[in-house]
Amino acid sequence: MKELIKEFAKGIIKENPTFVLALGLCPTLAVSVSVSNAIGMGIAATFVLLGSSLIISLVRDLIPDKIRIPCYIVIIATFVTITELCMKAYSPALNRSLGIYVPLIVVNCIVLGRAEAFACKNNLTRSFLDGLGMGVGFTLALILISSIREFLGSGQILGHTLVKGFEPVFVFGMPSGALLVIGLLLGLFNFIKDKKA
Amino acid sequence: MINNLTVSGSPHIHKPVSVSRIMWTVVFSLIPAGIAGVVIFGLDALWVTLVAVAAAVLTELTFGILTKKKITILDGSAVITGILLAFNLPPQVPLWLPIVGAVFSIAIGKQVFGGLGQNIFNPALVGRVFLMASWPKYMTTFNRPFSFDAVTSATPLAILKEGKVLEHISYLDLFLGKHGGCIGEVCILALLIGAALLLIKGYISWHIPATYIFTTAIFTYIFGGAQIFSGDWLFHILSGGLVLGAFFMATDYVATPLTAKGQLIFGVGCGLLTAVIRIWGGYPEGVSYAILMMNAATPFIDRYTKNRIYGVR
Amino acid sequence: MNLQEFLTIFISAVFVYNVILSRFLGLCSFIAISKETKPALAMSSAVMFVIVSSSALTWFVYRFLLLPLNLSYLRTISFILVIATFVQLVEMIIKKVSPQLYRAFGIYLPLITVNCAVLGVAVLNADMFFINGKAVAGSFYYSVFQGVCVGLGYTLAMLLMSGIRERLELCNVPKPLKDFPLAFIIASVLSLSFMGFSGFKF
Repeated sequence: MKELIKEFAKGIIKENPTFVLALGLCPTLAVSVSVSNAIGMGIAATFVLLGSSLIISLVRDLIPDKIRIPCYIVIIATFVTITELCMKAYSPALNRSLGIYVPLIVVNCIVLGRAEAFACKNNLTRSFLDGLGMGVGFTLALILISSIREFLGSGQILGHTLVKGFEPVFVFGMPSGALLVIGLLLGLFNFIKDKKA
Repeated sequence: MINNLTVSGSPHIHKPVSVSRIMWTVVFSLIPAGIAGVVIFGLDALWVTLVAVAAAVLTELTFGILTKKKITILDGSAVITGILLAFNLPPQVPLWLPIVGAVFSIAIGKQVFGGLGQNIFNPALVGRVFLMASWPKYMTTFNRPFSFDAVTSATPLAILKEGKVLEHISYLDLFLGKHGGCIGEVCILALLIGAALLLIKGYISWHIPATYIFTTAIFTYIFGGAQIFSGDWLFHILSGGLVLGAFFMATDYVATPLTAKGQLIFGVGCGLLTAVIRIWGGYPEGVSYAILMMNAATPFIDRYTKNRIYGVR
Repeated sequence: MNLQEFLTIFISAVFVYNVILSRFLGLCSFIAISKETKPALAMSSAVMFVIVSSSALTWFVYRFLLLPLNLSYLRTISFILVIATFVQLVEMIIKKVSPQLYRAFGIYLPLITVNCAVLGVAVLNADMFFINGKAVAGSFYYSVFQGVCVGLGYTLAMLLMSGIRERLELCNVPKPLKDFPLAFIIASVLSLSFMGFSGFKF
């Protein structure tokens, strides 16, 4: 049991997909303008990750080794399409603001990376927990980055003004601000890691 | 004593020219433009400049202490960054703006790369485009010269961009700086005095400024007017930050190419980009963006214009 | 279809909405491979080739297969399949025909399947040049041209970045910022300076 919890928890800090493994940075930077976008993206990616991890770990013995990557991609793309259609039906506003980054979950390296590195070698429960952990880790990282960007870029978080009289730094709502935030955060984590070691 | 015994390969330079000496000369050469800015826009211009310089120096000092390196504030490079940043700001910005800009310039423009001599981009320009993207409303509100209450007036380039006719601004007014603009860029006369000092001293070479200004002039002459070959090239030279940029920012030692050939390419590139942004871009002025883009291309230019080592094919 | 449209596509794909610095597509490969110029150039040419051909291929798939059969909801799956198959095919052909070329950029090909820039351009083309399920006039040329421009934008960012990072090898960069963090900060400044091109009008 303890081991299973570990399987889940590693994705959140120790092997955080964004900050430690540096995977799936494209959507992270693109959708982190606002916290609500980030949460939407996090949930969508977690769903795809969970679904594909489950299916892949179920059929892992049936897939010939040589064509495994195309097979994984088809499975992942199926789940992405499901997500896309659901999002279009139930939350068109979110779908519009995430734009092309929803179909691009297919090529999110976290999903394929976990399929290749974990789900194809482990059983159902472990793959499920791994996928869930990675998904939660990804979502948390997204929320962290997007809160920094939304606060600095518009002075608000989830639409609530926090500090009166704060002059928003527009740059953090722009691509260049996203790159700056992730660069400095990665630097900060390196610094903390060095201090610990 | 031990420092005097450094052994190194030739060539040995005997001139008593040090980095800090050059830097302080550059600071000195910027003073006429600063005085002109204060005369034209009033004491606000002075406060903005002083605050930017102080913030730049303090940031440099803080980084020096944090990274436990030798404290480098006396070499004057942070002072230059502060002055150049302030010269690129409108005179009546709220005073926190130059502070934020200067901190960003020194921290992101310079210290993350390892400090003096290692920055890829011109630090002052990094600060300026950051401020421009973040607070466009402060960065594009300009004052009318010699009216010390807050009467706003657009810069000549902004008027041109909006397609209005330029009436009462003569070339002489442009040359002397009697028009709205940033603190240090308006008075071409004062800038040229400072530039002459640097050129005579040999601290900057003619390659970049000359090709930069010449290319901008040619390009705006060809494409700047209603018809082809009818652009007002003299207006484009005398307005905006072209002269300030060409002599003082595009000639940054670190972020520009080493060889004369590379510098010519750099100058032409800056000129083209500036003219293209001025004529077709969304911003009225393109000098800062042009120089930054060419800064980014500098390592690449250097690689292909390296002088051949004697005897090596 | 006119020149102005092409110029607008060019400026926006290369500078304003640069595929890496503004849309963040292909960011992983950008950060990982831009340490030196040579591999950066090889990767860029491989990406360029794949983007342009897949723009054309996916246009055909979308226009003549998915739209007439009312299957546009299968866009994501079919595009990624087309791209993956195409890349696999090219890899096999190059390996067979020219081992030299294979060594130069073949090793980057498998990576490109999951390069978001390729799928991203295909999806963008389908979004931009098809209105209400109908191709706009000249959409094929626009799609291919947009592919070329995105490839150029990728190459430009890659070349600038690799030149800068090669120079940084000699610099005394603060230790926590070494490599990735600094690469992101440089990309951020590059992105700021490319903003000079925003709002272009001809």
